[in-house]
Amino acid sequence: MAPIKNISRRGFIKGIGLASGGLVLASSAYSFSNFGSKEEDILEFNPNLFVQLNSNGSLILVASRSEMGQGVRTSLTSVIADEMEADWDKVIVKQATGDAKYGNQNTDGSRSVRTLFETMRKMGATVKAVLITAAAKSWKVPESECIAKNHFIIHSSGKKIGFGDLVEIAKEISIPENVILKDPKDFKFIGKKLPSIDVENLSNGSAVFGLDKRVPNMKFAAIKRCSVAFGTVKSVDKTEALKINGVLDVVEVPMLIKAFGPLGGVAVIATNTWAAFKGRDALKIEWNYSKNTSYNSETFMDSITANVHKPGKVEKSIGNIDNAFKKANKTHEATYKLPHLAHAPMEVPNAVVSVKGDICEVWAPIQSPQAARREVANFLETDQSNVTINVTFLGGGFGRKAKPDFIVEATAVSKAINGPVQVVWSREDDIQHSYYHTVSSQFLKGAIDKNGKVTGWLHRFALPTIGSTFTPGRDLPQPWEARSATDVPYDIPNLQIEAGKADAHVRIGWLRSVINIPHGFAINVFADELAHEAGKDPLEFRLNLIGKDRIQETKDAYKYDTSKLKHVLKTAAKNAGYDKQLPEGHAIGLAVHYSFYSHVAAAIEVSVTNGKLTIHKISVVIDCGTAINRDTITAQMEGAAIFGMSLAYYGKITAKDGAIEQSNFHNYQVLRMPNAPKIQVEIVNSNDKPTGVGEPGVPVIAPAIINAIFKATGKRYRTLPLSDHGLV
Amino acid sequence: MITLKINGKEHSVDVDPTMPLLWVIRDIIGFTGTKFGCGKGLCGACMVLMDGNAINSCQMPISAIQGKEIVTIEGKTENLQALQKSWAEFNVPQCGFCQSGQLITATSMLNNNPNPSEDEVNGNMSRNICRCGTYTRIKEAITHCVELKNKG
Repeated sequence: MAPIKNISRRGFIKGIGLASGGLVLASSAYSFSNFGSKEEDILEFNPNLFVQLNSNGSLILVASRSEMGQGVRTSLTSVIADEMEADWDKVIVKQATGDAKYGNQNTDGSRSVRTLFETMRKMGATVKAVLITAAAKSWKVPESECIAKNHFIIHSSGKKIGFGDLVEIAKEISIPENVILKDPKDFKFIGKKLPSIDVENLSNGSAVFGLDKRVPNMKFAAIKRCSVAFGTVKSVDKTEALKINGVLDVVEVPMLIKAFGPLGGVAVIATNTWAAFKGRDALKIEWNYSKNTSYNSETFMDSITANVHKPGKVEKSIGNIDNAFKKANKTHEATYKLPHLAHAPMEVPNAVVSVKGDICEVWAPIQSPQAARREVANFLETDQSNVTINVTFLGGGFGRKAKPDFIVEATAVSKAINGPVQVVWSREDDIQHSYYHTVSSQFLKGAIDKNGKVTGWLHRFALPTIGSTFTPGRDLPQPWEARSATDVPYDIPNLQIEAGKADAHVRIGWLRSVINIPHGFAINVFADELAHEAGKDPLEFRLNLIGKDRIQETKDAYKYDTSKLKHVLKTAAKNAGYDKQLPEGHAIGLAVHYSFYSHVAAAIEVSVTNGKLTIHKISVVIDCGTAINRDTITAQMEGAAIFGMSLAYYGKITAKDGAIEQSNFHNYQVLRMPNAPKIQVEIVNSNDKPTGVGEPGVPVIAPAIINAIFKATGKRYRTLPLSDHGLV
Repeated sequence: MITLKINGKEHSVDVDPTMPLLWVIRDIIGFTGTKFGCGKGLCGACMVLMDGNAINSCQMPISAIQGKEIVTIEGKTENLQALQKSWAEFNVPQCGFCQSGQLITATSMLNNNPNPSEDEVNGNMSRNICRCGTYTRIKEAITHCVELKNKG
């Protein structure tokens, strides 16, 4: 994960002027290098963010990132408003379209706040400075006698003028190059609990998600795709489909073999979604199945497990692992196997697209509006300036909606029928044609000396890489996919991390916290196993394993700090009552993990009665640097705990002869309220720069559950989901 | 022609009588607050009130609705509005997509049982999935709403 490039102050303010009656302040601040490597070849970086103050005092703040429940429309804009001393009640949040002028808009990698916090602060502070200058000028007083407060500029004499009344004067003011940011102790919104600006619309049915978009003359479409990834249509008989009341047309959708290319298939166009689904079911299609018909989950797991039971590609090596095992008083090994997962956001993939000649307008729930714009323009062989991507609310994303394949296929359908169309995925489509979270096998071996100290750590993993989605045939991880294993924070003299080969037979994609799910699982469960082998208490053992306070060497601008790691772990344990007497049969399991630059720990209290697991309480502690919106962070930790429980309890996608076996929420279950425990969240107070929040709460949950079950029952489970073991 | 009474207003629609209510509401009449989540009655996103009781509208053919009072999330009932207020107070929604269904199920529960126990809340609300994981807040918001109503 690459560092943030330097900020060019001179480039900060790009322009100022009047638009639609308001003062528009645009900024061209700086470029960010990109997170990870998964999109590094496909994005442009040229941030340009907007504030518009209207003469009636209303303040339009643009959210450049997509809202999918993480509260970004509130958190980012509240930072501008805070520095600007704006009245939050006067703020209107406008969603940006997909456009390079806004800078990187990819809403993934838990990056929105951490990469835009400083820019947003400067944006607000600059507007405030301009307004102070404008007021001082009109009053003919020194600027130093003026302050901004709650949407007014106030002079020391007591006279005041509203922000809106300064618009006309402000547009004549030249923009300061340097602005003073607020002292964090004066923050009004930052670090507080600001409710979502959208809470009412999200509770009364008026928020417009992609599925809710309607445009004149819009048709509805459903697409039948091959059950095996990358299979193609051999022939189609549409006779029966066309007989269904409401079905208008049947068209073929091309398959494009590229990262965000549509899978292709046959689209049924209808006057309503139900007719489209019925028509789709009535199609008779013969397929050319691809070589992926060989994909069977059980035999595949055996093959990647064989690959971790032999030497792999060395990703990191410290000391001499072979000697460590030879000299060990005791060695211990374990193999962990985790299945594919599907994101299953409550809102299925969908898009409204209207192609008119060279011009194309899209309305869709998309995490990557710029990638969507580029892919649509490429598909239509037109300039990106002819393509407008309107970002609706997202009914969940979790990484699925970062891939605009569903927009490209809707574009193909709109073009084919020469009119606007909404392509709707059924839940079955969503579960069976996803970009799956990878399946993995991991082998760990540890050496323990006579004092119970760990002297050797070997971690081999094999998992189909996300790189295979971008470079078909790739069978080894990309560097960033090894990092959550190689960055293991344990102070061990002999350490070796290796990657085994693994082919992809479905589209592999990123899902909330990505590679940290398997790596965080293996690292945390194996440490717990070693504690048991060493005859030590898991907490004390783990704190010793992390060792002395130090900054782990990483390639990032952010600090991976073992003292923070230990602090969150100790605090989570304390909050859970780790030292206290628990009810009979109860036990607490621990896990701690660093991801998306945040340090997170979980302590989970469970009991197992008559073979059934109950989770009583989850205590989560996160150190995410400066907390922007404490309520949002708490909510994200609560949600991540439930997401982590879902994957631990039920998450399992399997393939048979290349086709996905699960189809809907009956056989791809997610957690429901009766199993939702009490979740206590503590946010560490910090003035360090903000780090990720949306994802880092997930990886600690499953391993903490496994460790708790072991403590409660003496049984060690090394595969998920727990439903396979009859525990849930 | 089938005539439906939705949120106190009559709508006449000319569609296949087997079409589920969900699609009539969303695609024919145009109320989009009621959501499509699974199409199989598994997730509760499509819940509407039929004579005060929550039903999965994706499973209900429109022919079975004649003469019934339908209330969607866009409608106004005492319990629904009280719950919406409580939802805002606890900042319940994350993505918000499932919340129409959650609110309708909660409304139906309170219509039938003004003082649900925790087990009853869990049991009723288990009809609805929230992938964002807002369950603890939903529960808090319902509890708070019940408390307020009891005081009121």
